[in-house]
Amino acid sequence: MAALGAPLRTLRALLRELRHAAGRSYRDSPAYRHVLAAFRAHRVTSEKLCRAQQELHFQAATYLCLLRSIREHEALHREYHGRGERTPQEVAGLVGFRLPQQPGGKG
Amino acid sequence: RPPPAAAGSCPVGLCGRRAYAPPAERKRFYQNVSISQGEGGFEINLDHRKLKTPQAKLFTVPSEALAIAVATEWDSQKDTIKFYTMHLTTLCNTALDNPTQRNKTQLIRAAVKFLETDTVCYRVEEPPALAELQKNEWDPVVEWVEKRYNVTIGSSTSILGPNIAASTKETFVSHLASYNMWALQGIEFVITQLKSLILSMSLIDRHITVEKAVLLSRLEEEYQIRRWGNVEWAHDYDLCELRARTAAGTLFVHLCSESSTVKHKLLQD
Repeated sequence: MAALGAPLRTLRALLRELRHAAGRSYRDSPAYRHVLAAFRAHRVTSEKLCRAQQELHFQAATYLCLLRSIREHEALHREYHGRGERTPQEVAGLVGFRLPQQPGGKG
Repeated sequence: RPPPAAAGSCPVGLCGRRAYAPPAERKRFYQNVSISQGEGGFEINLDHRKLKTPQAKLFTVPSEALAIAVATEWDSQKDTIKFYTMHLTTLCNTALDNPTQRNKTQLIRAAVKFLETDTVCYRVEEPPALAELQKNEWDPVVEWVEKRYNVTIGSSTSILGPNIAASTKETFVSHLASYNMWALQGIEFVITQLKSLILSMSLIDRHITVEKAVLLSRLEEEYQIRRWGNVEWAHDYDLCELRARTAAGTLFVHLCSESSTVKHKLLQD
């Protein structure tokens, strides 16, 4: 089984990511409730190496990775790749020119 | 304008795009996202409209947890719908539409074929530091897979790659045959992302995490980054995208192949 750390830590981070994704009503979102319910259902067990518990933890860690990577990817995209092309006005402005105004419009 | 119920694509004639490629972004046109249970499985509702696949089939998934995750993807979209971030939705669409029209045998064959060009089997001899890193990081994973599946794989420094025994391929073929069609789509997706059958099986068998699998897949890049420096807008960008896709594929496989029976254990006090 992969080295995952403490389940509580994964759960907290996952809930935080869901909060980022959902916005205001995150506590009522199906994902939030499902994750909490799943963790509660698997909490009480007499075995320390409960396989279902480990599988759930792995799933939660994977989902956490998914949400976190999407958020980070979007942030990088916005910062570096999101601006698109400059308008002709901006390009002209780069060298201190302004585009000519044509009172009657073009042609 | 394309009907809002469709998950995205328009006929080739209207916008000159490939028939199966949805537009990259469009405005969010719905307020509420909800899930309902239909005959074929769980459906996603955008306001009162039922979500459909690009080929206009009804979007149904076999697992409630998967439906919830898909609904979350749709609900997380803000002003614009960024389809390229909705990996689970995309995987479901692929499973439902099967645009490449491959059957189970063909999918398995494509997956196992990757073993011949598996990343972790291709070793360098130069520079020695990288060769050492590959040995230290990749050997344990290869050995784990060899032991778990009772096969021999090995590695090679030749340009032709390792010689994979037919019996090894057969073992993987019969193992993959135990997965259903949906899970197989996910497995094949993870393999094409990581460029490695060995890393994908380690990941799906929960031996390594997604982060570790991605790190091992990009081992040479990480080595070069450590030597020459990191370029955030390229390296981290690719890293996050690979992590997202691999995580989505892995989650998809597990959600499509689990049985949702909860075994209640008796409390022993």
